[in-house]
Amino acid sequence: MLNPISVAFIKAKQENRPALLTYTVAGDSSKKQSLNILKSISKNADILEVGVPHNTPVADGSQIQTSAYRAIKNGIKVNDIFKIVKDFKKFDKNKPIILMGYYNMIFQYGENKFLNKCKSSGVNGLIVVDLPWPENKDFAKKCKKKSIYFIQLLSPTTTKIRLKKIIKDSHPMSYFISMLSTTGGKLKVSPKDIIDNYIKIKKINPKKKVVIGFGITEKTIDKLKSADGLVVGSAICKEISKSLKHRQNPVTNVSNLVKKLKSKIL
Amino acid sequence: MKLKKGIPVIDQGNKLGFWGGKFGGNFVPETLKKPIEDLEVLFNKLKKDKKFIQERDKYFKNWIGVPTRFIKLENLTKHVGGAQIWSKVVSDANGGAHKIYNATVHCLLAKRSGKKVICGDTGAGYAGKMLSMAAKKFGLRCKIFMGAKDIVRQQPNVKAMKKNGAEVVPVYSGSQTLVDAVSECMRFWVANCDTSAMCVGSTVGPAVFVRICGWSTSQISRELKVQLIDEFGSIPKKLKLYNCVGGGSSSFGFWNEFMDYDKKQCEFIGVEAGGPAKSKKHAAPLTYGSKIGILHGAAQYVNQNPDGQIEETESISAGLDYPGISPLHCFLKDTKRARYTAASDEQALEAYKLVTRFEKLKPSLEPSHAFAVAIAESKKLSKDTIVVVNSCGDAYKDRGILEKRLGKKYVKSN
Repeated sequence: MLNPISVAFIKAKQENRPALLTYTVAGDSSKKQSLNILKSISKNADILEVGVPHNTPVADGSQIQTSAYRAIKNGIKVNDIFKIVKDFKKFDKNKPIILMGYYNMIFQYGENKFLNKCKSSGVNGLIVVDLPWPENKDFAKKCKKKSIYFIQLLSPTTTKIRLKKIIKDSHPMSYFISMLSTTGGKLKVSPKDIIDNYIKIKKINPKKKVVIGFGITEKTIDKLKSADGLVVGSAICKEISKSLKHRQNPVTNVSNLVKKLKSKIL
Repeated sequence: MKLKKGIPVIDQGNKLGFWGGKFGGNFVPETLKKPIEDLEVLFNKLKKDKKFIQERDKYFKNWIGVPTRFIKLENLTKHVGGAQIWSKVVSDANGGAHKIYNATVHCLLAKRSGKKVICGDTGAGYAGKMLSMAAKKFGLRCKIFMGAKDIVRQQPNVKAMKKNGAEVVPVYSGSQTLVDAVSECMRFWVANCDTSAMCVGSTVGPAVFVRICGWSTSQISRELKVQLIDEFGSIPKKLKLYNCVGGGSSSFGFWNEFMDYDKKQCEFIGVEAGGPAKSKKHAAPLTYGSKIGILHGAAQYVNQNPDGQIEETESISAGLDYPGISPLHCFLKDTKRARYTAASDEQALEAYKLVTRFEKLKPSLEPSHAFAVAIAESKKLSKDTIVVVNSCGDAYKDRGILEKRLGKKYVKSN
């Protein structure tokens, strides 16, 4: 059976648009609410990235940090995250889910135990921010055995030789970081430059899917729509924070935001 | 796991930067892979380059003012009545602490790589103060990340940084201490690694930073070795080197040159921050058996909960208030080359009182932890045992805390 992540890309391609990937933090602002957010955005999002909150996130900007600290403060544990995924899959079993987080959480849980739990709860892919190539080779192989995509990160600082080596080892989906920034930074390079870099990566192996993330918002998303997929994270986390601040329902507001994002790439 | 002889410990990591196969490494975002590799290439080249070593030694001598004193604490020795207690007064160094060595080397490296800005983290404020001094000296712009809580409790150093023209960025996330300052500094580097150099303030972080810092602070033990031979004719038969351990930069530097001696002759004792006596929180992962985890790019023993969230620490000493510990010290612990223990806030304060009562020396709260254990153990040791405590920082920065905890007259009279 084809990994639902690949199915999502095929579907988007048929509709002549990039896949829309959303990132929300598990347990933000509560376990129940984060599940409801996932359910409400699954209509418009093609792939759901679910953040595993960590309290020393070295690559995240303030928006995602705020979401992560809020979720941890509200008591989220790794096992709760698997439960959220499992409950979501009961609601929409074909929607692909990617867990994104930092390696210490996996290391403490135990790599094998973590992957077994991913499998049984329905996780389809993993992004581990601080486990770069080649350090991730063994873990990526373990993921492959479980038919879970290990998603390699690529950056503007990744050299050409390194790009080739990573793409060679990569699974069907990789993630290109648009610019030198933590998550949620203001887009400081032109969309054209980002797409130029993206094309260079695609040329190495056109069959493998590459999504672009970091700094993508309502305002910038349409300029990048020639990519295989686009990730929006901080903008969504910001929407949750804003909703809470104004005592509005984050579920409705985030759902509307994702709908708007989708409309921009059609 | 084995410590090799004849090879510097900083060079005993494997290809991926792991000491003993499991401590250290490079758990970093992809964006930092290239800048870290560039720094590794540069450092590996320059540490073998005679001209670079000459340049380093020139600044160490003329600007930092090495060697720092090695003195006998006669009165304290008499009072304690056991081993001979000596001190390596590293706080003599320009700026008042050992952090100046690492800061200077990082600025020299930054100049060589053509970077215009250098960013750094700080806890007690010493790493930040020294980096701001060195940046000013070498014409680099300087940005210092510091926990908001530390900014309040280490004001003298904050003022010094600003005076040197550095931008001090308060960090409000998490516990608002060193751990968050390091995270924020790494985030800044992720976003600015094309134009900025990063200086990690201790022997922590991705492997190359551990190595650069250990290489820089080793100046301390190079001097001490010469001073011991000058004083005793040879390395004493019973030598014990006490040092506080937070991230572990001063202790590693204090021990490095003695690594190959048998530990029966030359024992290393690392003293971690045990925190307030009544609190369960501490900053002593080695003493209290914390599990291995990943923090700031490196695998190490670290205070964390079962899920892998890094735990908050508590210590009177901002410089030791860090949940992790250098991979080098994890390696020295597991190979049993060094012994680690902890002193509480109260024990450190008592030691400060005792040292300042008997000697013309004002160790900051960090080395006061080392003095606490050294004094307690010296009582039971023979008179021919040479105990050396690294007084790696000056108490000037702790005036506020000391005044609050020990009373005004105490601080003034000293």
